[in-house]
Amino acid sequence: MTSTAPSVETVFTARRITKVYHMGEVDVHALRGVDLELYSGEFVVLLGPSGSGKSTLLNILGGLDVPSSGEVFYRDRQLTEFDDAALTRYRRDHVGFVFQFYNLIPSLTARENVGLITEIARNPMKPVEALELVDLGNRLDHFPAQMSGGEQQRVAIARAVAKRPDVLLCDEPTGALDVHTGILVLEAIQKINTELKTTTVVITHNAVIAEMADRVIHLSGGEITGVETNSRKRPASELNW
Amino acid sequence: MLIPPLDRKMFRDLWHMRGLAAAISVVMGCGIALFILSRSMLHSLELTQQTYYDRYNFADVFASIKRAPDELIDRIAKIPGVAIAERRIVVPVNLSVPGLDEPASGRLISVPDVGRPRLNQLYLRRGRWLTPRSDNEVLASEAFVDANQMEVGDTFSAVINGRMKELQIAGVVLSPEYIYEIKPGGIVPDNRHFGIFWMNEEALSLAFDMDGAFNDLSIKLMRGANVEDVIQRVDNLIEPYGGLGAFDRRDQLSHQFIDNEIEQNRNMGLFAPSIFLGVSAFLINVVMSRTINSQREQIAALKAFGYSNLEVGWHYIKSVLLIAAIALAIGIPAGAWFGWLVTGMYARLFHFPVFLFRIYPSVLLAAACVAATAAVLGAIGSVSRAVRLPPAEAMRPEPPAGFGPTILERMGIGHFVPPIALMVVRQLERHPIKTGFSTLAISLAVAVLVIGNFFQDSIDYMMNAQFHWVQRFDLSVAMTDPVSDRAMYELASMPGVMRCEPTRIVSARIRAGARNRRVGIRGIEPDSTLYGLVDMDGRETPLPPHGLLVSKKLADVLNVKVGDWVEMEVLTDKRPKRRVMIAATLKDFVGLSAYMDLEELRRIMLEGQVVNGVNMEVDPAYQDSLYRKLKETPAIATVMVKQHSIDSFNDTIAKNLGVMKRINLIFACIIAAGVVYNSARISLSERSRELATLRVIGFTRQEISSILLGELAIVTLLAIPVGLGLGTFFAWWMCTAFDQELFRFPMVVSNRTYAWASLVVIIASAVSGLLVRRSLDHLDLVAVLKSRE
Repeated sequence: MTSTAPSVETVFTARRITKVYHMGEVDVHALRGVDLELYSGEFVVLLGPSGSGKSTLLNILGGLDVPSSGEVFYRDRQLTEFDDAALTRYRRDHVGFVFQFYNLIPSLTARENVGLITEIARNPMKPVEALELVDLGNRLDHFPAQMSGGEQQRVAIARAVAKRPDVLLCDEPTGALDVHTGILVLEAIQKINTELKTTTVVITHNAVIAEMADRVIHLSGGEITGVETNSRKRPASELNW
Repeated sequence: MLIPPLDRKMFRDLWHMRGLAAAISVVMGCGIALFILSRSMLHSLELTQQTYYDRYNFADVFASIKRAPDELIDRIAKIPGVAIAERRIVVPVNLSVPGLDEPASGRLISVPDVGRPRLNQLYLRRGRWLTPRSDNEVLASEAFVDANQMEVGDTFSAVINGRMKELQIAGVVLSPEYIYEIKPGGIVPDNRHFGIFWMNEEALSLAFDMDGAFNDLSIKLMRGANVEDVIQRVDNLIEPYGGLGAFDRRDQLSHQFIDNEIEQNRNMGLFAPSIFLGVSAFLINVVMSRTINSQREQIAALKAFGYSNLEVGWHYIKSVLLIAAIALAIGIPAGAWFGWLVTGMYARLFHFPVFLFRIYPSVLLAAACVAATAAVLGAIGSVSRAVRLPPAEAMRPEPPAGFGPTILERMGIGHFVPPIALMVVRQLERHPIKTGFSTLAISLAVAVLVIGNFFQDSIDYMMNAQFHWVQRFDLSVAMTDPVSDRAMYELASMPGVMRCEPTRIVSARIRAGARNRRVGIRGIEPDSTLYGLVDMDGRETPLPPHGLLVSKKLADVLNVKVGDWVEMEVLTDKRPKRRVMIAATLKDFVGLSAYMDLEELRRIMLEGQVVNGVNMEVDPAYQDSLYRKLKETPAIATVMVKQHSIDSFNDTIAKNLGVMKRINLIFACIIAAGVVYNSARISLSERSRELATLRVIGFTRQEISSILLGELAIVTLLAIPVGLGLGTFFAWWMCTAFDQELFRFPMVVSNRTYAWASLVVIIASAVSGLLVRRSLDHLDLVAVLKSRE
């Protein structure tokens, strides 16, 4: 952590955040006091088994959820003070999301799915440009039903990055894919991170993926149990599981 | 009691989609309510009519005669097929009623001094029967007594044989002959100014010089008697005595009106409920398809655990049957309530001793079957798909929906359309059948409103035409007997009379081959300004110099066309028989009419300058003194004041229309809201994932609402022109269905009706759309993203 800290801008700062879900009569503690800082341009993998709180953490950073206690800062703005409209605004302007199940709009083509974002973003790329970035320049007018899972996920990545977000948040992006297509997707994410310098957070329970990160944050039982810095990031193409 | 787990699942599933289930149940409930209302009303009317007729011996054949000796009745009684023949005296009278400035008129009917009439017996509602031999007591029809707020013991005056005579009401009665009490030639009842009275025969025969004679007869037929044959024989017997031609119940005015009403109930009983049941079947179809799609994995699991296809299918069928059961629970009391409303409407028009609206068990059973059928029909498609689904395939999620380019792109303008609009259009295009049915269902709501208001438009138009285009007079008098047209000049000199025009009306039978009808032929002057020959479209038809101008309907009934010759057999006076040509036809609204040039009619009648009716234009400032004067004029049988007909119309028919309009409004709103709410909910559940995704990537609530509501808005806007067209078609269809001898509805739909129907449906759609929009605020973004559809 210290190696990059002083010279690089901090994107996210989380202080003592907790999250409690009230499930009927049971309280589930998804996060139990997490402190975290994420820096501009870095590639971070949140690694942990299911139920470790990694998705909750990602949702809070992405402005989808609010912590039960604690503070979250996005640069110098306190996310935890935002109302719903401000959170929508924040997601619209700064955050790119990639989901496990792609969540493309089935009634729109690849180009239009990306276009959905470029319509509302402040300084977007052209949809074609974004799709070329994920090597889908030849599938522009295909509907989701006409594409493989890996292709759909790459459209989802193009959609997420077309607005030139400050952070790219990926929730198990390869969770629904086989190794081969999973790697293609990871390559796309890595390419975004290196070429656009977009701060990237990937959630996974697949330890292999951690090897392509700058930093790996281990979560378990709602707490950060360790942070590693990779001295050498492996390119996604070298990974195998 | 232990509920099997599958049934618990059913109850919980239904509870989970309670909003949808409720919307469907209410729409279906409306169909059930209408079904119960019209079928039960049909049975109730038929039964009430039948019981009343049987118990009070309503006659089968009627005839009026100028004056026949009493012995004639014995010869009539001997006609084969005649069970009872009864003589009586019926005379029109002018009345002076306390509290009424204007003249009223009535009909006096004789009853035996000893004993009771055998036919057309009276139901004594209040008071007592006539004292034998009294000559100043009458039994009065309830409608007249009530309309004038009179009581037993009250008196009024009648002009009897040229002299004012005071009559006292001994009792208030009802008669099967006058269930619908309307002045001859009137189109709406006016009970304040027209009443029926029964009086001892002796007194009446003395007053009208009918001792040992009669002028009216009623006949009860034996079972299986040949009506036509009896009428023919009666006509032969009464002709020498000035018989006006016998007729059967079909031509009896009160009977005609009730039969008309029964017929309408029969028609509406099939038409209206089908709309609602059709729409609810469609809604069930949409909801069940959605439910079964989202429960593929559950279905697979059930099958994997060994539930048979039949059990799985029955499970879903049971849930729609439960919806049908809720619909029955809504529809039965609603039907009873509507029954109560309509009974109130009938009470204003029909005078039965008792009119009980009963909901018949057979109707309930039929309603249950109809509801169950509609529900099962709606569900059967998706349930059979669920049943056929192999377990292994069911375990896999449904494949992603395939989409293609839309009409916008094929037209080459796709690139100019924002993606959100494309989503909406593609979604609608992908399910053309569903979109089509949604459109149709909402358009039915529009159509229901159009039809509801169409009746109002049509009747307004009809009344306006009748009271302003046809009857341009203020007042019309009818004489007891034809008089020299000098009488008209007497009338013209009365206070406030600005213009008088003569009419000669004769009763005649018109024959064309085997077909014939009894009509009144109205002779008018060709340059008449107080009586207009105006058709449904407002076009004036000139009176042909020769031959007859008849209602188009009369020409149809007789199967003749312009240029054909018919036999005109006059039933009064010298009873001439002539062949006359149908010179023109007139598409009019009311009854079967025939017109002839006054001079030609007089030539046919072999008479001079004779009139028996006068139409008058009157200065309202003088009306009170004119009324007083008219009341004292002995030769006048009835006075018809146009304004009273208009008031009476507004008091009865217009009130009834108001009730129908409110019921219609409720129904149309229910259909529109039900369909839109249902579409919106289904759309929300099918697309919650999409919508949540959009929210996550930065779309605002307003933006995603516009997707959901945009779809509904398009469907609603598509539905409006379709519904207006459909409503117009139904209106046209009803004009055809109700094209009867008594009334014809003009096909008139006002722009106001179209605007109103569109507006109500837009509002109903908007409200239900916004109701669903509120659920968007509770969209669980995180959960939706995690779950795989």
